[in-house]
Amino acid sequence: MSGASDVMIVGGGLMGSSAALFLRGHGISVTLLETDLIGRQASGTNFGNVRRQGRAIHQLPLANRAIAIWRKSRELLGADIEYLQSGHIRVCYRERPELVGAMEEYADKARLEGLDLELLSGNALRDKFPFFGPDVLAGSYSATDGHANPRLAAPAFARAAQKLGAVVHENTKIIDAQKVGEDFIVTAADGRTFRAPILLVTAGAWGNALSSQFGEPVPIVPRGPNMSVTEPVPYAIPPAVGVMTPIEEETVYFRQVARGNIVLGGSTRGPSYPDDYRAYVLPQNTLSQLKQIRRLAPQLGKLNIIRVWSGIEGYMPDSQPVMGPSATTSGLYYAFGFSGSGFQIGPGVGETMAEVIAKGATDIPMEPYRIARFAAQG
Amino acid sequence: MSRFVRLGETDRPALTLHVDGHAVAALEGDTLMVALLATGGTLRQSEFGPEKRAGFCLMGACQDCWVWTENGDRLRACSTLAAPGQRILTSQPEASWPSHG
Amino acid sequence: MAEPRIIIVGAGPAGTRAAQACVAAGIRPIVIDEGRRDGGQIYRRQPEHFTRPYEKLYGTEANLAQAVHGAFDAIRDRIDYRPETLVWNIADRHVWTANQTIQAALPFDALLLCTGATDRLMPVKGWNYAGAYSLGGSQVALKSQAVSIGHRVVFMGSGPLLYLVASQYVEAGAQVAAVLDTSPFSARVKAMPDLMAVPSVLWNGVKLTRVLKRAGVVVQHGVTPLEIVGDADTGVSGIRYRDGGGKEQRIACDAVAMGYHLRPETQLADLARCAFAFDPLTRQWLPERDGDGRASVEGVYLAGDGAKILGARSAEASGKLAALAALGDLGLPVDKGEMTSLRADVATYARFARGLARAFPWPAAQAAALPDEAVLCRCEGVTAGDLRAVMRETGAKEANRAKAFSRVGMGRCQGRYCGLAAAELIAAEAGIPVEQVGRLRGQAPVKPLTIAIGDEE
Repeated sequence: MSGASDVMIVGGGLMGSSAALFLRGHGISVTLLETDLIGRQASGTNFGNVRRQGRAIHQLPLANRAIAIWRKSRELLGADIEYLQSGHIRVCYRERPELVGAMEEYADKARLEGLDLELLSGNALRDKFPFFGPDVLAGSYSATDGHANPRLAAPAFARAAQKLGAVVHENTKIIDAQKVGEDFIVTAADGRTFRAPILLVTAGAWGNALSSQFGEPVPIVPRGPNMSVTEPVPYAIPPAVGVMTPIEEETVYFRQVARGNIVLGGSTRGPSYPDDYRAYVLPQNTLSQLKQIRRLAPQLGKLNIIRVWSGIEGYMPDSQPVMGPSATTSGLYYAFGFSGSGFQIGPGVGETMAEVIAKGATDIPMEPYRIARFAAQG
Repeated sequence: MSRFVRLGETDRPALTLHVDGHAVAALEGDTLMVALLATGGTLRQSEFGPEKRAGFCLMGACQDCWVWTENGDRLRACSTLAAPGQRILTSQPEASWPSHG
Repeated sequence: MAEPRIIIVGAGPAGTRAAQACVAAGIRPIVIDEGRRDGGQIYRRQPEHFTRPYEKLYGTEANLAQAVHGAFDAIRDRIDYRPETLVWNIADRHVWTANQTIQAALPFDALLLCTGATDRLMPVKGWNYAGAYSLGGSQVALKSQAVSIGHRVVFMGSGPLLYLVASQYVEAGAQVAAVLDTSPFSARVKAMPDLMAVPSVLWNGVKLTRVLKRAGVVVQHGVTPLEIVGDADTGVSGIRYRDGGGKEQRIACDAVAMGYHLRPETQLADLARCAFAFDPLTRQWLPERDGDGRASVEGVYLAGDGAKILGARSAEASGKLAALAALGDLGLPVDKGEMTSLRADVATYARFARGLARAFPWPAAQAAALPDEAVLCRCEGVTAGDLRAVMRETGAKEANRAKAFSRVGMGRCQGRYCGLAAAELIAAEAGIPVEQVGRLRGQAPVKPLTIAIGDEE
């Protein structure tokens, strides 16, 4: 037996790393097992939006919990993860005027959850943010959203957890998990085993492999974000920007980091291969993204991109995560399948899962994320 | 002060381009890099350090010699030929983007 | 059956000979090259208005350059030649190209990557000042533009190119302040048996040394570079180093040309998903290939210095050999005897290249000894101390992990010029062999790509 603790977490992304940190806050011993290095897939390769607006209304309590953690992240983690509360703008295009009404409706509901959004006409937006193109009809501005650096975030949470006594094993690929008596026993590819009475699965696109071992398969689909970054240019665009549209190809977004590079994302998603631990950016997806970026912000057309990347993300059919206790096995918890939208809520997920495990309850609504919703469909 | 020294091939036709608003004399067949560094010392400012840069690899690999046209187009100075009437900037036009927030 | 679609990337000696073999077999290959003119870097052609003869441009290599250019000129009308075109990605058996804002996706049955090499660099404090250039860059300045990179030039580094370019500068009338070789002379003596594999090239090296001696150029062996002295605004003003006897020296100059052999441009092989293996002699990760140039991915072939640094003569042979292998794999008749003879040629050059690598070793220890304030990654302005601090804080000791946390290798050049030294620094700092540090993964676009891309051909 290589290790025993109160809680064992399989999956060292942002969810697992932050859960480990907050479990230590409850005085619970924790072992975090990661197949590769902390935060290298969905958590490390996403766009870096720390964005509440646009989330399902029922996610906003979780998102609010998360934003409080992002704001104190520097003190909490003892590290700079480049969090900027510099605003977020969601815009719609002239050819979809009906979306203005949807924005207004969303803003009304979001206000009740404590998220204030300011609606701006295209011209008002262009006055304030001259980079927007003529196709932009209107926008919704959230002053308290922002962005952070995904490459740094999850590893910083894991290091902070380690400093508080969490045990972190990287390069530990889990190939089997079972409940034997009161304990879960998980086995790594190299034969090491780990034991704990509580198991939290935060394994992203690999989550189904573990939930299936407990009779709860889920229809998760691995995909990968479509990311690019430009050469550095002088810092002039504080808010993160995204397009609201029903057409996947049109859904691009960008943000400028303080060093000056502009990170571009969206338009389409690529394939990813969890078994091979690889994700690829398809060249046609890069071209599609650049075309959409030119439409959103024509001035960016002068810039060069210097790098593209992707990672392995797990998507659920309803775009909502699997989060909460297992329906079949006591002591087993899940938080995976964040469907390309987990970064902002990540620390809130970790804190909530730690709370659920430590106290048995939380005020955060969890009903939409029950794993049993897929069993019911079956 | 010039950085590059011409060692031959100097009886080519002359041409004039503009760099940061100033007329610069060059020869037909010069790369932009040679045109700029045969008359000046540097090409651009490093984004992340105090120093000015003057290119490095001259074969399109290091990406240290990018300059800009007045309408914002980017040109790699080592692999772009100087042309009469070119209007080149040695600082990023995006520096004039209006900043908000 | 439709004519097989063969794409050759690169129009240097390997790409030219590969294209020639395709044309001889009755195929019209697509030849894609970033350069304005064919020849690659080693046989780079000067612009149209320039008049210097081959002897002046290429010295001891004049006949070879002329032959490669002649071969290209002869097939020019029988190939689909696409100069000034970047292959920025490879996926699903298509190469994706960009020429200004024009993009194309070209399908292939066989892809020959003849992507050539760039200088291998060992950073030194002050190498980010204006006036510090890569050795190959200093040669390009002279060869293709008839300029010297400075009024008073120091050549520093190691490898045969150091002596070749320094002597070309002398003969062109430039002022060469010194040639500072980090390799001890004794290494050359030990490597002699392998260097004898190609006596004519060895003899050329002796001739270059004589040119330098006649011109009174200071040539020192076994030096340790300490600093390129300079100023943020005006650039390089001198160089500090320790000589072979351990004594600190200083030379005034306004330009430094630095290089330590070459490194292959392997990004496209990486994007084509070829397998890589660590080469202990050169301490580089190289794409795997069989004796004829077949990569691990079916239909992908590797030749010339883009696969492994074996020199321009070898590139001609390996380019032709890889093309014959591809043609044979596509079911076309090929001369087996010729392939056997080309394999023997490549083996001879490989022995010579092994001798060169031993005679002019990569000074890995210098990376570990870089002072904290020295810039390691020129693109991102990351210092050796920055990287060390990140390693201490995060425990990162894998190349891509260290890049993610420190930004070393994350800039415009994608680690071409700092990546190998950064790996050595990480290995030394972590106390692990450099192969355990791994290699920076290639990422598209292999060179900057304009957001305005998208016009169809």
